[in-house]
Amino acid sequence: MRNGKPPLIDSIYWRGAIAIVVFLLLWEMGSLSKVWIKWESFEWLRNTLTAMGFKPAYLPWVGAIPAPTEVLHAWQGVIRDPGYWQSWYMSLFRVMAGFIAAMLIGIPFGLLLAVSRTAHGVGFPVFEVLRPIPPLAWVPASIIFWPTQEMSIAFVTFLGAFYTIVINVVGGARAIDLRYFQAARSMGSSQRDIFWRIILPGTLPSIMVGSAVGMGITWEVVVAAEMISGGGSQIGGTSGGGLGFFIWNSYVGGSYEQIVVGMISIGIAGFLSSELLRWLGHRVTPWLRLR
Amino acid sequence: MAAAMQPEAAVSTTTRGAISIQDVVKIYDPHGAAVMAVDHCSLEISAGEICMVVGPSGCGKTTLLNAIAGFHEITSGRILLDGEVLCSTEKPKAEPGSDRIVVFQSGALFPWKTNLENVAFGPLVQGTLSRAEATEKALDVMADAGLSGVEHNFPGEISSGMRRRVEIVRALMNNPKVLLLDEPYRALDSLTKSVMHEALLEIYYKNKVTIFFITHDLEEAIFLGHKVAIMTTRPCRPKKILTVDIPHPRDYSVLTSRRFRELMEETNEAVHEEAIKAFAAGEKEG
Repeated sequence: MRNGKPPLIDSIYWRGAIAIVVFLLLWEMGSLSKVWIKWESFEWLRNTLTAMGFKPAYLPWVGAIPAPTEVLHAWQGVIRDPGYWQSWYMSLFRVMAGFIAAMLIGIPFGLLLAVSRTAHGVGFPVFEVLRPIPPLAWVPASIIFWPTQEMSIAFVTFLGAFYTIVINVVGGARAIDLRYFQAARSMGSSQRDIFWRIILPGTLPSIMVGSAVGMGITWEVVVAAEMISGGGSQIGGTSGGGLGFFIWNSYVGGSYEQIVVGMISIGIAGFLSSELLRWLGHRVTPWLRLR
Repeated sequence: MAAAMQPEAAVSTTTRGAISIQDVVKIYDPHGAAVMAVDHCSLEISAGEICMVVGPSGCGKTTLLNAIAGFHEITSGRILLDGEVLCSTEKPKAEPGSDRIVVFQSGALFPWKTNLENVAFGPLVQGTLSRAEATEKALDVMADAGLSGVEHNFPGEISSGMRRRVEIVRALMNNPKVLLLDEPYRALDSLTKSVMHEALLEIYYKNKVTIFFITHDLEEAIFLGHKVAIMTTRPCRPKKILTVDIPHPRDYSVLTSRRFRELMEETNEAVHEEAIKAFAAGEKEG
């Protein structure tokens, strides 16, 4: 079953590494193109386009984005700044707080909706009306409601993961094959046994899927919330704002390399969170590993 | 351990597990479409007997099995197990219980439990054995059924033939009176099937439970059964009940014997007739 696996993993890693290198090279070339290309020699193209009604200022050009080498250079400067790591910590903390709260409340709530007809009848319509409201639409109301800005950001982050987790738990629990219930019942399982030994393990794969999706949304939401609310900057100064505020602040301050540093930092943070969840998923659903 | 189980097995040889199906009717959606699935069906199965129920797909055999297992209600009639009423017109749904265990067509081993945990499940939830005792007994019966080496695998890791065997062993762990098998070998290729048949008989000779076995494979039915009930297509009712007078224990040489072929000839036509009717009715699996 496991033959041939080590070389496969190797080739996947190689492909991934090469893809990233090629991507960085293209980006570097794109950014440097502003140095390489003599704009004057393209005057005719500019004139033609203007004649056709395009305004040159409206055309995007990759040369406007800082090159990876410049970004790396900016990063080297930032990496020694405790404020940068404070931003990491703040965003990570908010994501984890919101995400863990969403799991702790969402999983039991989803299971309750799946198991009890009454709970489903009462809770689901309310849930379904609230669900389409994007978490970011909650930001103003959340700032008014919660006493501190920190709490309001955590709440919005929580909403990002909560709906996805609940929907997946309900769907997963309802999709459990009837035969498992019949088999468990005929072997003498009590309702309690059926919950702990059938419904919960049977829902675990969906819980993990919901969590993975929810984690992604949480990062999206936290960054946007930090940008909008100023990221609690009144508490910790510019460094208390998290990565979202770090990006926004860099933009306002005109440090374009740092914007990209912030973006890539979020990419790395999101990737690490997903890896953590994948690792956890393998742990709690070992029977899915063999597929 | 095996020695300790012996007296129990001896008791269960012939005295437990007689099923009496009396005039059972099942109508789905009686106030609407009113589809008659089972029509005044009566069938007597003695304790410790292998009763094979043969009929085309969707004829209503599974409805009958679900009524015995307590998964579905009947409309009228009654079903007795060892003289006690399981379900009747007054109490249309039997209580599911560990005295009647179903082995499903597509298998119902819990995919999130290892094979060993699956086998140990029954006694554990019933509270008849401690975890350690249940595990020890499960290891024992699995070894006995030729399932050593897959105890700590998940069901998804072993072949479908092996899974069926694990499921039958899991059922037997509950010391049931009746095993209800719903086309358990349907998805297996014919070579695996022949191995499974002998394995089932071997398990049966050791445990002597009553077996209610649904199939649409006549050869399988005559090879395994003491009794073969050929059912009409929907609504389901015995069309012909055949007593297979080939002595047990049987092995695969039976298949080429003259008596086996005579019995096949005797019943083949009846089965074929029903198959044509079912085909014409265009019924799907139900």
